[in-house]
Amino acid sequence: MDTFQIEHLSVTYSDGTESLRDINLAVQANQVTVLFGPAGGGKSTLLRSLNRLNDLDLGVKVSGRVIFHDQDVLAATTDVIALRRKVGIVFARPTPLPLTIYQNISYGLELTGEKRKQQLDQAVEAALRQADLWEEVSDRLNDPANSLSGGQQQRLCIARVLALQPEVILLDEPTSALDPISTAKIESSLKQLKQDYTIILAPHNTQQAARAADFAAFFLQGELIEYGPGKEIFTHPKDKRTLEYIEGRYG
Amino acid sequence: MNLAKPRKLVVGTKANLRSERLGFAALTLVTLLTVAPIVLIVGYILVKGLPAISWEFLTGFPKNGMRSGGILPAIIGTLYLTLGTAVFSIPLGVAAAIYIAEYAPDNRWTRLIRIAIINLAGIPSVVYGLFGFGLFVIFLRFGTSILAASLTLAIMTLPVIISTAEEALRAVPSSFRVVSVSLGGTRWQTVWRVVLPQAVPGILTGVILGLERAAGETAPILFTGAAFFLPRLPNSPFDATMALPYHIFVISTQVPGMPLQIQYGTVLVLLAFVLGMNLIASVIRSRARARRQW
Repeated sequence: MDTFQIEHLSVTYSDGTESLRDINLAVQANQVTVLFGPAGGGKSTLLRSLNRLNDLDLGVKVSGRVIFHDQDVLAATTDVIALRRKVGIVFARPTPLPLTIYQNISYGLELTGEKRKQQLDQAVEAALRQADLWEEVSDRLNDPANSLSGGQQQRLCIARVLALQPEVILLDEPTSALDPISTAKIESSLKQLKQDYTIILAPHNTQQAARAADFAAFFLQGELIEYGPGKEIFTHPKDKRTLEYIEGRYG
Repeated sequence: MNLAKPRKLVVGTKANLRSERLGFAALTLVTLLTVAPIVLIVGYILVKGLPAISWEFLTGFPKNGMRSGGILPAIIGTLYLTLGTAVFSIPLGVAAAIYIAEYAPDNRWTRLIRIAIINLAGIPSVVYGLFGFGLFVIFLRFGTSILAASLTLAIMTLPVIISTAEEALRAVPSSFRVVSVSLGGTRWQTVWRVVLPQAVPGILTGVILGLERAAGETAPILFTGAAFFLPRLPNSPFDATMALPYHIFVISTQVPGMPLQIQYGTVLVLLAFVLGMNLIASVIRSRARARRQW
């Protein structure tokens, strides 16, 4: 089943540079779809288009269609708030809000107007368990979130997204600022999470792309070069540019 | 190959070193010179004014044509004026800063507003006084009153509050905003729950510095609310009031045979009021910096 149906998506910045050119891509539900390729290929831009986060960047022009639940996400009538609750995002650097651990997780729910303590408590615990962080922080939920280590902070950011019970989780190089052990933890939780969520991941290197991918899309300078099952892309890529990138000849 | 002999690390020639020392000494001297007047003023006022300070001086009414007795009405009046200024200028100033920092698009119109605010800070206070007199005292018929004086002081204080609050808001990392929006926050929820709490210490510092200036001003209240002498405390916002800065002006120029001690004492009280507010601002700032998470 497709979650996102991306059709002819192009994104242009105000200075005229094209970030994405005519992207066509169907994202499968409950799979890890990996967007990989050299920096500047448009992976982040694509992720930020899926939950309209690039609305925040002034002067970005987006054309094409992104179908999600039979509706065009890019349409002016889209309820972006509801969309962002369904399509959560985790950023490259851990970005805890300047609040406590608990408040970081409950934040999204409180924005929806949820005030009942019991509901919030349950949601916070469930989200932290899902993100494999509960054991480490259960006794200090009221500590400031930035007292956690970098890896813990990033799992906190994942938990924060999970607390909203989204359908899709976008991860934009989520382990680029982390050590190998934290990275491994996050990668293993992604494998768990895909049972319940659709995951779109821009990994920070090719090895991670190969490890994580059910499906993989290779981006080069704003163009989608190749898309298919991860195994095929990383063993028998059809395009020479994909092959050369995987072999580490550039990028 | 001939290995180069390790050479002594050359920091500077003797002449270099001498001129560096000279420059350092000169800078230290200049810094001391700028601090000296403040120390001298405060010290002089303390020495001359302290003998005048007594319970009666702080809580009593002026007697004998202000030549003896206390200065309670002036203290209370300055308190009222400062509070009145706060009531009007804080909500307005902070709201304006939020609009400018968080909502306003960056275009010619908003740049114009920003320039206007910066320039408002440069207008001489006597001009504010005359403006307040025309608008609040005459046109709006508030009369010479605490209300009119507070409003005038508030207008004068606004630019300070707006610029410092705007700066404090902009200093909050933009990643917090992006995160909040990505979790389904509206712009207002983001400002209210994340950005504003982080900016509060900075805003408070600006507010206090602005109010401190308002508390010490004479010209804006001269036409709008200050009374030469009142035998009682004001009991409504529409009453005129005595105030410390104007009282100092009065007792140093308008009253013949005024004991010097009372003049110094009054100045000391005003100075303590203003420096006390400054101290509070400093404490807030350093505490917030210690607790800040970014």
